[in-house]
Amino acid sequence: MSLIIKDLHVNVEGVEIVKGVDLEVKDDEIVALMGPNGSGKSSLANVILGNPKYTVVKGEILYKEKNILELKPHERAKLGLFLSFQYPQEISGVTVFNFLRTAYNSLNGKKISVLDFKRLLEEKMNLLKMDKNFMNRYLNEGFSGGEKKRAEILQLAVLNPSLAILDETDSGIDIDSLKIVANGINNLKDKKSMLLITHYNRILQYIKPNRVYIMINGRIVDEGGYKLADEIEENGYKKYL
Amino acid sequence: MINQYQKPARYALSKIELKMEVNERIKEMFEHRNPDKHILKFEPGLNEDVVRNISKNKNEPEWMLNFRLKAFEVYKQKPVPQWGADLSRLDTEKITYFAIPDAKHNSKSWDDVPEDIKNTFKRLGIPEAEQKYLAGVGGQYDSINIYHKLKQELEKKGIIFEDMDVALQKYPELVKEYFMTKCIPITLHKYVALHGAVWSGGTFIYVPENVKLEQPLQAYFRMNTESFGQFEHTLIIVEKNAEVSYIEGCSSPKYNSSSLHAGCVELYVKEGARLRYSSAENWSNNTYNLNTKRAIVEKNGTIEWITANLGSKVSMVYPCSILKGENARADHLSIGYAGKNQEQDIGAKVYHLAPNTTSIVKSKSISKDGGIARYRGLLHVNKNAVNSKSKVQCDALMLDNISKSDTIPVIEIKQDKSSIAHEATVGKISDEQIFYLMSRGLTEEQATQMIVNGFIEPIVKELPIEYALELNRLIELEIEGSLG
Repeated sequence: MSLIIKDLHVNVEGVEIVKGVDLEVKDDEIVALMGPNGSGKSSLANVILGNPKYTVVKGEILYKEKNILELKPHERAKLGLFLSFQYPQEISGVTVFNFLRTAYNSLNGKKISVLDFKRLLEEKMNLLKMDKNFMNRYLNEGFSGGEKKRAEILQLAVLNPSLAILDETDSGIDIDSLKIVANGINNLKDKKSMLLITHYNRILQYIKPNRVYIMINGRIVDEGGYKLADEIEENGYKKYL
Repeated sequence: MINQYQKPARYALSKIELKMEVNERIKEMFEHRNPDKHILKFEPGLNEDVVRNISKNKNEPEWMLNFRLKAFEVYKQKPVPQWGADLSRLDTEKITYFAIPDAKHNSKSWDDVPEDIKNTFKRLGIPEAEQKYLAGVGGQYDSINIYHKLKQELEKKGIIFEDMDVALQKYPELVKEYFMTKCIPITLHKYVALHGAVWSGGTFIYVPENVKLEQPLQAYFRMNTESFGQFEHTLIIVEKNAEVSYIEGCSSPKYNSSSLHAGCVELYVKEGARLRYSSAENWSNNTYNLNTKRAIVEKNGTIEWITANLGSKVSMVYPCSILKGENARADHLSIGYAGKNQEQDIGAKVYHLAPNTTSIVKSKSISKDGGIARYRGLLHVNKNAVNSKSKVQCDALMLDNISKSDTIPVIEIKQDKSSIAHEATVGKISDEQIFYLMSRGLTEEQATQMIVNGFIEPIVKELPIEYALELNRLIELEIEGSLG
C-alpha cells in the first residue's frame, strides 16, 4: 500500500531539480520531508500528483504497488493521493460547496445528495472551526493565508485520501490558525499516511512524524527518527550545505 | 442587484428534475424540426409587394402600410455596415420573409395549439414555467404568435400584454406614439429599416403608473422554417413608478442554409420606473442575429439588461441605454459564447444625457475552437451629465490558442465632472488551475467546465433558474464538443 519513490530525476524547463531521490512512506506512517527553500521538496510533491509542468526523466513512483507515472492527476487522486498545496489556486465563481461536492462525487463514483453533503461538510468545518458561510465563498478567492490553508485541510477532511502530502501547510499562517489546522490534521490521521513537507519544525511540534528525511539541492541527504527534526530546529541545515 | 427569481427551498431541491428538462429543451432547441405546415408562406426574396402583402395580410391601418413602405425605401438606400462582423455571405434574397403556421393566432389555451407546435413549446419548457412562476406568456412560431396569455388578475390592474400585431389593432394610439419613433427610428441602420418594413409579431407590454408586477412576463420566439427571417417587435412601456420583469427566449433548429433574425426591442422606462429585460438567444449556428435593442430611461428610472448570446453564426447585438433623466440608471450584464465558425460581435451602448446618471456594464465572453468573441461598446457622457458614473468591465476567456477575443470600447466624454472606469481582462485557463482541480479527482474536461461556469457565474446567477441551468448545460455541451 505504501508510496515508494526510486531514483527519481525530475526536470522543469530543462533544468534538473530532483536529482535521484529514494523515499518511502509506509502505511499509516507520518513522514516529514525537511529542507531549506529551493531544495526540490515542492517539486517532488507536484510530481507525485502528476503536475504536467514537471518532467520525470528517470526513476519510478509506485503507489499501492502501481506505477503511477503514467496516470493523469485525477487518476492518482482516485487511487487515494492528495496534495495540500502551498499556494492553492483561486477559482472564481465556484463555491467551496460546489467544488467539493463535484470532487467528492468524482472520487467516489456516485452522487451524494445536496443535503447529505451539506451535513458532511458542516461536520468537517466544525472540526476546523470554520464559519458556515465559508462553504458559499468562491474557492480561495480573497482568502487570507490562514483561510487558504484551512480550506486545503477541509478538502483533505472531506475527500479522505489514503495518502496526504501537506506542502508547507505551516507557512504563512499565524499561531492560532496553525494550532487549529494541526489539531484538524491530528484528528484525521487515522488510517492515513502523511508526508509533511516543511521548512522548519513548527508544525512538527503538533504532529509527531515517525521518520524524517532531509532534502538539500534535489537530493535526500539524511534520514532518521523524530530526533532529526529537533536537531534541525537547533542547528539548521548548515551541516549539510 | 436583487435576484427577483429566488424560489422557495422546495423548488430549488428539484434541480435534478430541472436538469433533465434542460437536456430535453436543448435537444428540442437545435435538433427538432416540425414539418413545414403553413397556411401561407411567401416565396423567398424581398420587394415592395412582399411588404404590401404582409401589411394586407394583417389587415393593418393605412398608416402602418405607409410606415412599412417608407422603411423599405430607407432599407434600400442604406449600405450594409462595413464594420463589425462579416455580413458578406448573408443573402437577403434567399430569405423567406413571412410564413403563417397552420395554427390559431394567440390561443389562450395550449390545448388550442396544434399538437406538433404545442409539443415543441412543451419541450422548451414554456407551459410549465408559465404555471410555476410567470405572470404571462407569449409564444411566437415563425411570423405569428400562436399563444398569448396574461393572468386574469393582472388584466384587471390595467396591464397590457399582447402580441404586437394585436396591439396595433387594439391600441393604435399607443402604438402610433411609441412604435419606432423616439426610441429606434428606422434611419438608425439598414437592418432596423428592414425590420420596419417586414416586422411581424412580437410583444407589447404596457404597465400603468404605480403597478408593480412581481412575476415576470415571458415571450418565446421560435423559428422553425428553413432560410427564414424572423422580425418580431418588442415594445415595452413602463409608466411612472411601475415595475416589470420580462424574459425573452429564442431558438431555431439547425439547417444548412442561413436564417436571419432582425428583431427590434424598444423599452420605455418612465420616471421612477424599473424594468428588467432578460434574454437568452440560442439561435442555431446558421443564423445571422442582427437584433437591435434600446431603452430610454427617464428620471430615477432603472433598466437592467441581462443578455446571453449563444449559438448564431454571426451576432451583432448591442443593447443601448439612453439615460435621459436625472439619476437614471442602467445595468448591462451579458454573456457571449463563440464556438467553431461563430462570430459574436456584442456589447453595450450607454448615453449619459442627464446629471447623476449611473451605468454599469459587465460583459463576459468565452471563445473556443476558433470562435471570435468581440466586445464592442460605446460610452457617451454629454455635457449635461454632471456627476455621472460609469463602470465597464469586460472579461474574455479563451479556451484554446486558435480562438479570438477582442475589446473595442469607444468612450466619448464631454463632461469633466464624471467618473468613468473601464477594465478589460483577457484570460486563458491556466494549467495550474486545471492541475489543482484534477488533483482533487476532476477530469480535465470537468475542470475546464468548472472554471468556465465560475467565470460566467456572476451573470448566470441573475437569470431565472431554468435559464441559468440551460446556459450552464449549453456551455458544457459546447466544451464537450457534442453540440457540433
